[in-house]
Amino acid sequence: MRIGVVTFPGSLDDTDAARAVTLAGGEAVRLWHADADLHGVAAVILPGGFSYGDYLRCGAIARFAPVMTEVIRAARGGMPVLGICNGFQILCEAHLLPGALVRNDHRRFACLDQRLRIERTATAWTHSYEIGAEITIPLKNGEGAYVADEVTLDALAAEGRVVARYLGGNPNGSRRDIAGVCDPTGRIVGLMPHPEHAVEPGFGPSTDGLAFFTSALRRTGSQ
Amino acid sequence: MPRVVVEVMPKPELLDPQGAAVAAALARLGYAGTGAVRQGKRFEIEVADATPQALAGIRRAAAELLSNPVIEDVVSVDLLPERVAP
Amino acid sequence: MTAEQPYAALGLTRGEYERILGILGRRPTTPELAMYSVMWSEHCSYKSSKVHLRQFGEKTTEAMGSRLLAGIGEQAGVIDIGDGWAVTFKAESHNHPSFLEPYQGAATGVGGIVRDILAMGARPVAVMDSLRFGGIDHPDTARVVHGVVAGVGSYANCLGLPTIGGEVGFDPSYQGNPLVNVLCVGVLRHEDMQRAHARGSGNLVVLFGSRTGGDGIGGVSVLASETFGSEGPPAKRPAVQVGDPFAEKVLIESCVELFAAGVVAAIQDLGGAGLSCATSELAAAGDGGMRVALDRVPLRDPSLSPAEILMSESQERMMAIVRPADLDAFLAITGRWDVEATVIGEVTGTGRLQITWHGETVVDVPPRTVAHDGPVYDRPYARPSAADAIAADTPARLSRPADEHELRAMWLRLIASPSLCSRAWVTDQYDRYVLGNTAASRPERAGVVRVDPATARGVALALRGPGRFTALDPYMGAQLAFVEAFRAVGCTGAEPVAVTDCLNAGSPEEPGSMWALAEVIRGLADICQAAAVPVTGGNVSLYNATGDVSVLPTPTVGVLGVLDDVGLAVPSGWSAPGAAIYLVGVTRDELAGSAWAWEEHAHLGGVPPLMDLPAERVLASALRACLRDGLVDAVRDIAEGGLLSALSEACLRFGVGARVWLAEVCERDGVDLLTVLVGESVARALVAVPRSEEIRFTDVLSARGVPHARIGVTDDAGGTDGVPALDVAGVGVITLAELAAAHQGTLPHHFG
Repeated sequence: MRIGVVTFPGSLDDTDAARAVTLAGGEAVRLWHADADLHGVAAVILPGGFSYGDYLRCGAIARFAPVMTEVIRAARGGMPVLGICNGFQILCEAHLLPGALVRNDHRRFACLDQRLRIERTATAWTHSYEIGAEITIPLKNGEGAYVADEVTLDALAAEGRVVARYLGGNPNGSRRDIAGVCDPTGRIVGLMPHPEHAVEPGFGPSTDGLAFFTSALRRTGSQ
Repeated sequence: MPRVVVEVMPKPELLDPQGAAVAAALARLGYAGTGAVRQGKRFEIEVADATPQALAGIRRAAAELLSNPVIEDVVSVDLLPERVAP
Repeated sequence: MTAEQPYAALGLTRGEYERILGILGRRPTTPELAMYSVMWSEHCSYKSSKVHLRQFGEKTTEAMGSRLLAGIGEQAGVIDIGDGWAVTFKAESHNHPSFLEPYQGAATGVGGIVRDILAMGARPVAVMDSLRFGGIDHPDTARVVHGVVAGVGSYANCLGLPTIGGEVGFDPSYQGNPLVNVLCVGVLRHEDMQRAHARGSGNLVVLFGSRTGGDGIGGVSVLASETFGSEGPPAKRPAVQVGDPFAEKVLIESCVELFAAGVVAAIQDLGGAGLSCATSELAAAGDGGMRVALDRVPLRDPSLSPAEILMSESQERMMAIVRPADLDAFLAITGRWDVEATVIGEVTGTGRLQITWHGETVVDVPPRTVAHDGPVYDRPYARPSAADAIAADTPARLSRPADEHELRAMWLRLIASPSLCSRAWVTDQYDRYVLGNTAASRPERAGVVRVDPATARGVALALRGPGRFTALDPYMGAQLAFVEAFRAVGCTGAEPVAVTDCLNAGSPEEPGSMWALAEVIRGLADICQAAAVPVTGGNVSLYNATGDVSVLPTPTVGVLGVLDDVGLAVPSGWSAPGAAIYLVGVTRDELAGSAWAWEEHAHLGGVPPLMDLPAERVLASALRACLRDGLVDAVRDIAEGGLLSALSEACLRFGVGARVWLAEVCERDGVDLLTVLVGESVARALVAVPRSEEIRFTDVLSARGVPHARIGVTDDAGGTDGVPALDVAGVGVITLAELAAAHQGTLPHHFG
């Protein structure tokens, strides 16, 4: 199964996301930002990094890249999309997900082995986890605090659209310890921590992240 | 070329850690009588002509690109008075 | 008109100016004077250190050079690691700018060394940093620490390079002159190695990357060779460059594609001395001639004069020599990444470097005279008269803890001291995961990076620069820096194969400081020859001083080792209870220069620990055998802070305690408990061995004649109440919670 990984100028974890797809048993297809073509992939990953140097706002410029026209169209049509870190920022800027990511409350970049709880498995990217699974994957960012107004936060909670929450203390000031959210269909997921850095023994704090990628490769009837 | 100035500020209800850091620094440096600080952005954009249409265009750009309405407000969009040569 | 030219303001001496007159046979133009002034600066020409640096080449035997594909003189040493893979690595300093503007100084330090590696045809894959700051309590230190760490982190993180190791030190001598030494390692296939020669008349000179602006003008000539007055930065224009890591990231990606497409005949990065350096060095190394139209250089600031353009140190720029037939392909690749690329000249057969400005020739010089034939000084040096007194002032007179209670209190003070406390506050600001090949990074003691995912072949790197030992004896101190890095690399199971160095010292015009530099170079060259590990490149940073006070002479030594399988390395702390703990090596009565003497008594005197290279080599080979056979769970090199630091960190690594007894070792080595705990004797390691492997482990060591002693067991529920603790006979029980609080509290307390 072909999964696209987009490269913007300044994307950093695209190679790692592609490796994770390969390790999970899929075919990683590299998609170029200036190329408005998804090349027949079945799902898309927007990887971490500092696209366009984080100029203006994180993801604000990447959101208008030619490839994003296709990604947005495909996402609205039901294609699974995973935005990791900068990718999450791009999904919010593109209004595919609600809320926004702002500067960490302690104003420093932090790279930590972060414990998370998976709170929704009815998504294209988390259905291989057990509900409530506690996993450890790297968190590394300077602008990772998830914010939204109270109405939105209440709606996310009521609709069960919080995909993952931070455990063991809030590392960045995210409202309600939110580490990831999804759209109502569960096909579009934004996640701040990096599952692609926890897929290979000896090269990460665990292999807890692999299930994000194996989930996408397993088509299931229910989402 | 005439220029339009756009000012963008974080929404008042958001925590502004940079503004808070600046406020603390002002206090440390002994600037008595200063209080809360909020930090925003100012854009200066050259336009071919200083027409109402151009200004309206910049207002749309401010909403679409220069600000993220989830977390920011566009507080002003103004034509800069042209500099007069001495 | 024969107005005096402003050579002095540009940092040139009268003698150097007259030499230029001799070379050209006329007065230099202003742009020519600018070029000579930056290229003959200490930073670029190594004029005070060259006579001593020759030893590195002279003391490299043919056997040592057998793994080298490029050595000193090329931008960075390239080392064969097998299977057609090579790595290139180098360390560089960016000290003076980091005092003026810590964030940008440190950031551009990272940018500069990464471009050096890129210019070898390699993809940069990791960085390391060695940072030295002033006293931890001094009010100005936090400013510098915050800026430098954020600068290193933000630039490296934004480039997508993991920071895999390094060190942080605090000492008052660095107060007005922090040291920021950055190392970068890159990976390439043998056939992709790029060289910096401009060969082939008619080939094009292409400048690409960021536009040229007024930043950093005179950075090497004026700023790098000035000591700061005790009142603050120099009155001259501050010459700190501003970096843009995004620009460098796209530069890296386009270069890697350019190399793969085979459209680069030669390449050089623009670092210190910018265009002056790139043009003169490329021309000098090639057929000897180049013509450049300076007005074709894309500018950020249109008001710059030719001299200013030649001196600018604007960041994120590279210069390539491109065959005309390859130009379109070259520009297509740079265009894809939105990297600006401009043809600014061509290689010629004239043997001259000719630079024009709107058609008028403003520079016409023999490039070798600019790039290589700069002045060479044999500065006078003399062992300072105070040296004997320092050596005689041994730690013997220092008071020692009288009982268990005092030892326990000392333990907690030391583990919280600036020398030994946790550096997590720093390292948590660095990405260690990006690129997915980091097998080990801090808090491990050496960085380990996988090069070939197919075979798990990789490299291990350690960067060490213990300034205290060098202050006591620069020759010995340099050697101890080397063996400390060598030991850390050896503990991963890697075979050390190459060395890079950053030699930070005071003013070469002060005989005592020059003596220290000469001794450091001699010591390092001698030990590398004895260990058969060549120095492949490095950097010298002089004039590190505040007023009359020079920094501790600080040789930062980077050792690189090769690992057939990065998976063989084990952590530096134990994760399973019930393993046996061994102290490998012998401890001598030598406390001079130790963290204990400094942190407990503010004492720095005596002679440094005895060197023992044969013991280090046999320790490394024994550990390599043990790791290969899977006999050990954890290995922790013993260095600064001695056994005390090693035991503490080994327990804290995974939160598993230990019960330790040292009476046997004290008796065997003829030292007291304090010395065994805090002495910094060389060639020692702490090892955790599963009970099932103990016999095979001790057999391996005994067969090689490596002294060892079983000193304890790992235990995750020490004490009577089942709380993880470190229980040391003669000291007492310290719960890991208490140990962690002491170890981890210091930097956050000072820096927030």
